[in-house]
Amino acid sequence: MTKKKELQVRAIKNGTVIDHIPAELLFKVINILELDKCPTSVTIGNNYKSDMLGKKGIIKISEKFFEDDEINKISLITPNAKLNIIRDYQVVEKRVVEAPNKVEGIVKCMNPKCITNVEEVYTKFKVVNPSPITLKCHYCEKITDEKNIRIK
Amino acid sequence: MDNKSLVSIDDYTKEEILEVLAKAAEFEKNPNSNMLEGKVVSSLFFEPSTRTRLSFETAISRMGGKIVGFTDASSSSTTKGETLNDTIKMVSNYSDLIVMRHPIEGSARYASEVSDVPVINAGDGANQHPTQTMLDLYSIQKTQGTLENLNIFMVGDLKYGRTVHSLLMALSHFNPTFHFIAPKELEIPRAYKIFMDKNNIKYQEHTEFNSIINDADILYMTRVQRERFADPLEYEKVKNVYILKNDMLKDTRDNLRILHPLPRVNEIAVDVDANPKAYYFEQALNGVFARQAIIAKALDL
Repeated sequence: MTKKKELQVRAIKNGTVIDHIPAELLFKVINILELDKCPTSVTIGNNYKSDMLGKKGIIKISEKFFEDDEINKISLITPNAKLNIIRDYQVVEKRVVEAPNKVEGIVKCMNPKCITNVEEVYTKFKVVNPSPITLKCHYCEKITDEKNIRIK
Repeated sequence: MDNKSLVSIDDYTKEEILEVLAKAAEFEKNPNSNMLEGKVVSSLFFEPSTRTRLSFETAISRMGGKIVGFTDASSSSTTKGETLNDTIKMVSNYSDLIVMRHPIEGSARYASEVSDVPVINAGDGANQHPTQTMLDLYSIQKTQGTLENLNIFMVGDLKYGRTVHSLLMALSHFNPTFHFIAPKELEIPRAYKIFMDKNNIKYQEHTEFNSIINDADILYMTRVQRERFADPLEYEKVKNVYILKNDMLKDTRDNLRILHPLPRVNEIAVDVDANPKAYYFEQALNGVFARQAIIAKALDL
């Protein structure tokens, strides 16, 4: 049986395609990457059929090539997302997202008694384990594990 | 951020720990000096802690320094809604050093980032209490002659007991073997097990408090605190499980010393006090010398 290789979202000439985003997390990914501030054209699709995920989201960002620490932020919530780097309509590089070394400002500390949940303090975490991702708060030194990661 | 601050015991390297302990021994020989003459130290106690505060204030007074501050949050502007950020910014303009006790975890690290002068953490909620750790280390070194290769037994509330956590981190420089004796509800938190696994530190967990302590060099007892339990029934279940009695010490090592951060409630029976292996009251006195050494280091004296 051959699979029909028809694109569900129109191709871009140059840029980055983020694929295999669980549908329910698509908008969080958009927030984390601050795509609302992106000046180039962004194509966003959601609820496409996926063998792996059931329903998936996909984001195509023209003329945008992410730095590692920029894109790795999304690994906090979508460790299986795939990146395709496109140049002149061709996929020139495929990447998986990797856990970053540190996480700043995105995640809420799960400790209700932490100063970051009491005053306006920018959160900072060290990644003590990449998979399952485990974060240690710079302030209260408590662990926030994968199940408890909440995006601010 | 001022890197002279002491927020968490892992702000000190092994060398710095040893340096401060050596300094503490000098202060024990000559506690009175005028090293802090002309200096003002802010003592900010957002929650009351008489023991720690008196120890710090004694240390500062014996070094000839002046103290400003408050002894609980009700006499500070916190009750008017001032943020920690603003309080620290203001106080760091007035003084050369801040000693702070605060109920919120991470408050000390945050204060050290906001402050222009060094901050010494005198306890931030259930998180860290590094000066207690330094006096514990000083007591261990003084009684054992070394910090290296010791069998350390920790008993009681290992989940919420921050003195346990900080001591564990500090001793990890010195190739210890840990034994943790606690009920399941109060076992040592995962973060510390991850830390010990990563650093190849030997440890065993026990729920029985019995003759396994015969191998111990140090027995570190802690109080099971009622206020840590959401469910009073849970507290009633575990509060009397780990009580040290004098007859349990008969086959223990001669060099064994029993430490306790104090105050004790009932976890060490009174008949232990007369045993020469009981060290908890001397341990408290060591706090003044350890804190003098920490203050001297923070101010580069």
